[in-house]
Amino acid sequence: MRKTDRHFKFDWITIVLFFMLASFGWLNILSASHTGEIIDYFSFTEFYGKQLIFLILSVVLITLILSIDAKFYERFSSIIYFASLLSLIGLFIFGKSINGATSWYDLGGMTLQPSEFAKAATALAVAKYVSDLQTDIKQFKHQIRIFAIIIAPAFLILLQKDAGSTLVYGAFFFVLYREGLPKVYLILGSLLIVLAVLALKFGLLITMIIATVIVFGYYFSLKKKPSFLQPALTLLIALLITFGVRYTYDTLLPFHQKDRITIWLSLEKDAGKLAKMKKEAAYNLLESEKAISSGGFTGKGFMQGTRTTGKFVPEQHTDYIFTTVGEEWGFIGSFAVVLGMILLILRILHLAELQKSQFSRVYGYSVASILFIHFLINIGMVMGLIPTIGIPLPMFSYGGSGLWGFTILIFIFVKLDSNRINEW
Amino acid sequence: MRQFLLFLSVILVGVIFTARLYYLQIHTSNNDSVFDDNAIRKVYDYPKRGFVYDRNGKLLVANQPSYDVMVIPREVVALDTLEFCKLLKIDKARFISQFKKAKKYSWRIPSPLVSHLSKEDYAVLQEKMRKFKGFHIQKRSLRQYETTIGANVLGDIGEVNNRDIAKDDYYKMGDLIGKQGVEKSYEDILRGEKGLKLIQKDRFNRNIGPYKNGKENIIPEQGKDITITIDSELQAYGEWLMQNKRGGIIAIEPSTGEILAMIAAPTYNPNDLVGRKRSKNFNTLIRDSIAKPLFNRSLQGVYNPGSPFKLMNALVALQEDVISTRESISCYDGYKYGNSFMGCHCGGGSRNMVLGIQKSCNAYFATVYRRILDKDNNASKGIDNWSKHVKSFGLGNYLNNDLVVGQKGRIPDRKYYKYAYPREFYSTYTISNAIGQGEVSTTPIQLANMTAAIANRGYYYTPHIIKSIQGKTLPENFTKPKYTTIDKEHFTPVIEGMFQVYNKGTASSLQVKGLEICGKTGTVENYAIIDSVRTQLTDHSIFVAFAPKDNPKIAIAVFVENGYFGSRFAGRIASLMIEKYINRTITRKDLEEWLLTHSLENEYAKPYSGKPFKINRESQYQVIPMEAIIELPNKPDLKL
Repeated sequence: MRKTDRHFKFDWITIVLFFMLASFGWLNILSASHTGEIIDYFSFTEFYGKQLIFLILSVVLITLILSIDAKFYERFSSIIYFASLLSLIGLFIFGKSINGATSWYDLGGMTLQPSEFAKAATALAVAKYVSDLQTDIKQFKHQIRIFAIIIAPAFLILLQKDAGSTLVYGAFFFVLYREGLPKVYLILGSLLIVLAVLALKFGLLITMIIATVIVFGYYFSLKKKPSFLQPALTLLIALLITFGVRYTYDTLLPFHQKDRITIWLSLEKDAGKLAKMKKEAAYNLLESEKAISSGGFTGKGFMQGTRTTGKFVPEQHTDYIFTTVGEEWGFIGSFAVVLGMILLILRILHLAELQKSQFSRVYGYSVASILFIHFLINIGMVMGLIPTIGIPLPMFSYGGSGLWGFTILIFIFVKLDSNRINEW
Repeated sequence: MRQFLLFLSVILVGVIFTARLYYLQIHTSNNDSVFDDNAIRKVYDYPKRGFVYDRNGKLLVANQPSYDVMVIPREVVALDTLEFCKLLKIDKARFISQFKKAKKYSWRIPSPLVSHLSKEDYAVLQEKMRKFKGFHIQKRSLRQYETTIGANVLGDIGEVNNRDIAKDDYYKMGDLIGKQGVEKSYEDILRGEKGLKLIQKDRFNRNIGPYKNGKENIIPEQGKDITITIDSELQAYGEWLMQNKRGGIIAIEPSTGEILAMIAAPTYNPNDLVGRKRSKNFNTLIRDSIAKPLFNRSLQGVYNPGSPFKLMNALVALQEDVISTRESISCYDGYKYGNSFMGCHCGGGSRNMVLGIQKSCNAYFATVYRRILDKDNNASKGIDNWSKHVKSFGLGNYLNNDLVVGQKGRIPDRKYYKYAYPREFYSTYTISNAIGQGEVSTTPIQLANMTAAIANRGYYYTPHIIKSIQGKTLPENFTKPKYTTIDKEHFTPVIEGMFQVYNKGTASSLQVKGLEICGKTGTVENYAIIDSVRTQLTDHSIFVAFAPKDNPKIAIAVFVENGYFGSRFAGRIASLMIEKYINRTITRKDLEEWLLTHSLENEYAKPYSGKPFKINRESQYQVIPMEAIIELPNKPDLKL
């Protein structure tokens, strides 16, 4: 009896969703990467073969994670975090560059990407620090420390020119806000995004006029007016942000990233030039949208996608794997993937809220947030809703490190969750 | 509330993604049909176009290979235009304009750049083709005419135009389609179904193998051969006799409705409309607005039928029982009605039905016509009844057959005269109809069909050009007789009259030894507007005939424009055609020589000369020496 009880403590919904998504992902990798007629499932030279081996190994990994005592993760979180930082620093010495990013260790025929594991490590560290009885997130001093924990790996990854993975660390904002981070951060964050888009689209002057009108409009509508300094300060910050954004766009950003933003917001006035840019700089996006669109309602069928077979979408087995879903499985399949992802995130979110221990809750929240950011950026990018940012789709994109990174991330939480009733 | 921020964000993103998916995949989906999918290369495989044989199994139309240089604009990379143009034997301006046209049609679908390369040019070009990315050679088959006759029957094929493509998506730019004649009416049968090979491409436009392992490829279906009803020897003979004349001849086999010969003069050599020279020659033909060689006079030429129409009035009168065959009517060199007078050339005297037909007496038929209309003392009812009888012979409407062009002609009824005579209506108003002038008009094929119906004594088969299709039966429309409203016994006196036309009457000089021919001459007044003055031209020469009298084998109608009286040109031609068809040899070489050496070209030039001219009896023949006549297309290959 006790034995079966122990099994049922694991949240099977999460586990089933994980495997459903992972196996559907593998089918799409198979379709996107196979050539010719023979399919050698365990071929170590084909992407689908390697991914199948990674998948099987991930089952071993899961068994391992679930069999370790839940307390281990909390107790050793700092050590895991620092080990992870070390692995990132080590890249500067031993790292191998692929596509311009120095993010891999070459282990003789196999590569390992430590940044994929750093997410779980950071999540553990954040959970540990926030759940510490002495930590008060409302205090600026503690906020700075938490930010440091998050920014350290993010900064290292940025230095290795992997902008996409850096952005993922933004996910912790959701976690901290949930745990009581002052509202001002939310306001500032939203302000940053709105102002950035406005500044890029309409330029400095118009953005500032809009900001002034809104801020003072709000100020004068208040019955009990606070000091005049407050709106003035807000505007000053807004001006700084606007300046900063323009400056970053105009001078700091590398050309390819600048082009992506230009295309996303249609910043180029000359329609002909823009169309040309789209064809050149956004070739991937163009082909990716076409592939998804060509799927129609029901899709062309498994292994029947002409654009997938013809390899029209570059990097289709990794970041652009969703285009295979779109072309071959159509609206039905794509919707199923979106729905599956959302269900998994919401399930984890729900479980996190049920946790009695703050450590488990914060960690669960981190898992949900990280999955959400990946989901948002990857699918949003592939469908042309946000600028092109290279980031894998969890459980779908090809890659052993990515798959194992997410496996570790999710299954540590499954383990923590199973220990819920033992918590005080 | 703090725990809802992430929850709501997830839900919101889910909704936005679903909406975007809906927009991409359902709202704007191009749902790649194979044809729009630029990941698939489409290679067409054109089937052999069906051959055309004449009724005796002689091959008339076959195929020859032809090579088109096609272009897919989006695949073109910078090339040495000068060298390419040199190879294609075109100038740069033409290259640019064709390329522009191709781009306008489609970036992805092949369009023809240069059509119909010669075999020699093809051989040279093929070696160098791989240098020019985006261009390829498409093999097609062009027509090979094994004869020089029958252009108006056989028709031709040419490149599809935008209208054809819009009408039927089977056709793609550069495809060939039947434009005239049997090529057009039997396009679906002759063309077959083209095959399609689908090849998967990668993004570098390289072929990486068959699409779906070739499962969706279409195997071409060969075009079916057809046999047409034309007797090519008779056709060639008719065209030969009609040189330097304008008009039409239709010969029908009465027992089947098969068209034995369909001659429209002037005509042209069908080989002129093959391949690269087609557009140039076609333009020359279509711009000839005077001789109109593309105008099929035997099908589209609408003329007053003249005296042959008297046969109709005789039949209707007998059916309506308004005259007996024995009753005689006196002719005083014409017919007087009210204050008007209609002249007659029959010589005057007492005429019964047989004599009336034999002598083509106007007075007799004016009387008969009036009696038909005034039968119930109501000319309005009378003319409707008359019209119904006449129309049962296939006159006044389309024949609804397998020829792509045609004209209705006109058989008036009371409704037609509604505007001219809104109130009172008397039989005298339309008296010209009695002798085939006035408002009645017919085409040569309708008159030939009428003659066939008389020859059959009361029924006809819709005249048609198809004899058999490989592996198919003919539609019922062509195999079931259509009955006229005239009883069989009434044909006997009329046919006797037609027999006497040959025996003693207006065509007595045109007898063929040993053949009982029945015929009827016609001489039709006609006018043209010259400098806004209605001017009379030389009469049209018309003749209808069938032979033999019993168990007829051929019914024929001959129209020769401005040939003067019926037996002068049309009668002679009809007589020779009948002899040729039934006896297969011509005994009356003098008659043949007379026709060949007498040209009407001067007659046709008159209205355009700008000078006053004489007509009919006062007009002079144009005689050309026999040496200038090209020999009859010889039998084995009928090549001029």
